[in-house]
Amino acid sequence: MKHEHNDLCAQLQAQLPDYLDGEARAEVCRAIEAHLAECEDCRIVVDTLKKTITLYRAAPRDAVPRDVHARLVRVLNLDDFTSSR
Amino acid sequence: MSSVTTGRDARIPRNDDSDLVRAAQHGDQRAFAQLVEKYEARVYNLARKMMRDPQDAEDVLQETFLSVFRHLNDFQGDSSFSTWLYRIATNAALMKLRARKPPPLSLDEPFESDGDEMMPREIVDWGITPEEALLNDEVRAQMDAAVAALPESLRAVFVLRDIEGLSVQETADVLGISVPNVKTRLHRARLMLRESLSVYFKGRRTSDEGQRTKDENRSSVIRHRSEVSQ
Repeated sequence: MKHEHNDLCAQLQAQLPDYLDGEARAEVCRAIEAHLAECEDCRIVVDTLKKTITLYRAAPRDAVPRDVHARLVRVLNLDDFTSSR
Repeated sequence: MSSVTTGRDARIPRNDDSDLVRAAQHGDQRAFAQLVEKYEARVYNLARKMMRDPQDAEDVLQETFLSVFRHLNDFQGDSSFSTWLYRIATNAALMKLRARKPPPLSLDEPFESDGDEMMPREIVDWGITPEEALLNDEVRAQMDAAVAALPESLRAVFVLRDIEGLSVQETADVLGISVPNVKTRLHRARLMLRESLSVYFKGRRTSDEGQRTKDENRSSVIRHRSEVSQ
């Protein structure tokens, strides 16, 4: 589906970064939320944008594989100083 | 509606490394080893997200800590140790990426955009919850592929801010770019990732529906057969 945007949607786009990071002023938040209540497409975009950020932030870190760790310790000559895994 | 918050920010090392760093600067290898063990997962994770190839990621990990070791005495404590370390790791990753490609635009040049690129195209309301998605290897692979497909100047900002959990200011310090520039790139990266995940979830939903229709058809055939045989 193509998002047919109007001026209000474009204004929302400009305000989104601060809004998503909780840095938008209260009146800006209220204006955005009023728009989201009216505009289904923008609501979906904002919801899925939030979900995108949440997904990446919540994903666990890649663990360092045992062999990668062992080679790092060897390259740094730290074999005698690291805890064994 | 509030901002997106998670527990990730708690992962940023806030405790003071200055004693360990000072000891390592005076040649205490055990202290250096402790710093390596404390930060290697962060550096490795950053390298894995920045580089497509696991061997390249391992090279970045090793180059980062070799560089930290060589330049430890240059670290004056003007920034936190972790910011300094992230800067070395990010530079190592960017240098490796650039060695393979024609020279890209400088990281601090304004991003050319006609504005319309910033407008969302895929309007799909995903039904999946983050918890469900993160238990799913296919979704995780899709998320990694989407990050790997970002232009590298956007990828670096996104990885530092939203994956590693640095603040906007810390991300700007690591990359040597302005805070507004971080914000612009971050938003652009997030929009591109949202677009990419929306396409994926839309495709998945369509294939789930197709499968369901196929299952329903099959069961109606079975029903029909059993009715015929009766």
